Amino acid sequence: MIAMFNVSKTYDNGVKALIDVNVQIKKGEFVFLVGPSGAGKSTFTKLLFREETPSRGHIMVNGVNLVRMKNKEVPYLRRKIGVVFQDFRLLSTKTVYENVAFALQIAETSNREIKKIVPAALEMVGLSQRADDLPSSLSGGEQQRVGLARAIVNKPMMIIADEPTGNLDPDTSWEIMKLLDDINKMGTTVVMATHAKDIVDAMQKRVIAMENGKVVRDEQKGAYGYEN
Amino acid sequence: MKINTIGYFFREAFASLRRNGWMALASASTAAVALMILGASLLVVLNTDYFAATVESEVEIAVFLNDKVDAQRAFDIGEEIKRVPGVREARFVSKDDALAELKKNFEQKRGVLDTLGENNPLPDKYRVKVDKPEQVRPAADKFGTIEGVAKVKYGQGVVEKLFAITKWVRITGLVVMGLLALAAIFLISTTIRLTVFARRREINIMKYLGATDWFIRWPFILEGIILGLLGSLVAVLVLYFAYDNLNQALLQSFPFVPMQRDMSIILKVYELIIGIGVGLGAIGSMISVRRFLKV
Ligand SMILES: Nc1ncnc2c1ncn2[C@@H]1O[C@H](COP(=O)(O)OP(=O)(O)OP(=O)(O)O)[C@@H](O)[C@H]1O
Ligand SMILES: [Mg+2]
Repeated sequence: MIAMFNVSKTYDNGVKALIDVNVQIKKGEFVFLVGPSGAGKSTFTKLLFREETPSRGHIMVNGVNLVRMKNKEVPYLRRKIGVVFQDFRLLSTKTVYENVAFALQIAETSNREIKKIVPAALEMVGLSQRADDLPSSLSGGEQQRVGLARAIVNKPMMIIADEPTGNLDPDTSWEIMKLLDDINKMGTTVVMATHAKDIVDAMQKRVIAMENGKVVRDEQKGAYGYEN
Repeated sequence: MKINTIGYFFREAFASLRRNGWMALASASTAAVALMILGASLLVVLNTDYFAATVESEVEIAVFLNDKVDAQRAFDIGEEIKRVPGVREARFVSKDDALAELKKNFEQKRGVLDTLGENNPLPDKYRVKVDKPEQVRPAADKFGTIEGVAKVKYGQGVVEKLFAITKWVRITGLVVMGLLALAAIFLISTTIRLTVFARRREINIMKYLGATDWFIRWPFILEGIILGLLGSLVAVLVLYFAYDNLNQALLQSFPFVPMQRDMSIILKVYELIIGIGVGLGAIGSMISVRRFLKV
């Protein structure tokens, strides 16, 4: 599903964010990316939806080589990947419903389909009652649930989440993790970069640890492995 | 492209115009002023051309025949004149006809002509008209070489001067129009740049959600087109009334000044201005969006 071959990323300013990374992730896996700040976790996730391209090596996602991919094909890749951010990235002028529907509009889904899919997604994240509210009137956890609903409406093959609980308190974080786990159980691959030791230790998923741009540990049912 | 999506583009464009109400109004009206001057220049050029064409079409070449030419030779000369390229008509005016015409034109001063008695000093001649003003000179030169032709006369100098003037007006008009088109593009693209800038975060999110560049571009292009359309409609309305009034006033006070009054041509000018407004709006917004699509 995802395969990185000898991937290195050097930014324009000379920073070596990734050095010779080889990783394979199978369909349906749940993977935590851990490591100290600046280790290259965010860079790793950005390569997967082609916000960045590697300086060396190749990345295969669903049988497609992202290095060879043409720019005009990128939107179609991204529709198959749900991205969740630490800062939610919702549109403040649109309601909860509209924010979720937006991802479908962009993919040129018909209005009839949108009217079916959005309520179901809001139902799943438990926000049916808040459909007509603006994001500013929601708590952080609720906003992130809108972000999750938006990430899944296009039925993605993979969810990429960069510190999705980074701005949330522990209880709220667990609500989000529960949802991510549900989404994963339905067959969607999840790749999540995080500093949340409790969550990683408790969930017993595959853990890829990075330091200074290198993969230093990769274990099934792993632990966080650092003191916070 | 789905009907849904097109509806979305229009909703977004109008919502954005409403959000930037005053800014949009300011840019549409400045664009209107630019397009108005552009249209006025176009009308000036058009009328100068029309004026020149009117005057030039009146230019007649007089080909005077030698005194000794007999009737047969005079006829042959007429045939030779007609063979010169560009000649539309060549009318023979005999010396008697010429005198009669002269007498008619000088009805009141009959006395002067009467002193001529039976002597007719006027030569036979051909009055020649050509299709295009630029053919006057070469044709006249050709006529001069025909055997039996004594002299060729036409409005020497006038034609050349007219040419120089229309050329000059045309060039100035084009330069003015070019500058104003650039100004209109600049005005509209500035407005769109502001709205794009205000929505750069939204554009960024759209890219993460898998929006194509055209999906992002279209609402802004529509916004630019609407601004250009509004501006050009105002410009055309003002020009329409101004031109009509000027036309009426001239018709009353200076009826001999030729002015383009063919409505179908004037309407084409107005259509062109609207087309230019719409085109400039689209170009202006394309320029503004370009920078923000790189994510
Ligand atoms: N766009 C960029 N341009 C230049 N350097 C960058 C860029 N993005 C990241 N870096 C550098 O690359 C290195 C890896 O950054 P990255 O964001 O991947 O780390 P991270 O593991 O996500 O860190 P954190 O836990 O703080 O989020 C860092 O040294 C960072 O400064
Ligand atoms: Mg990071």
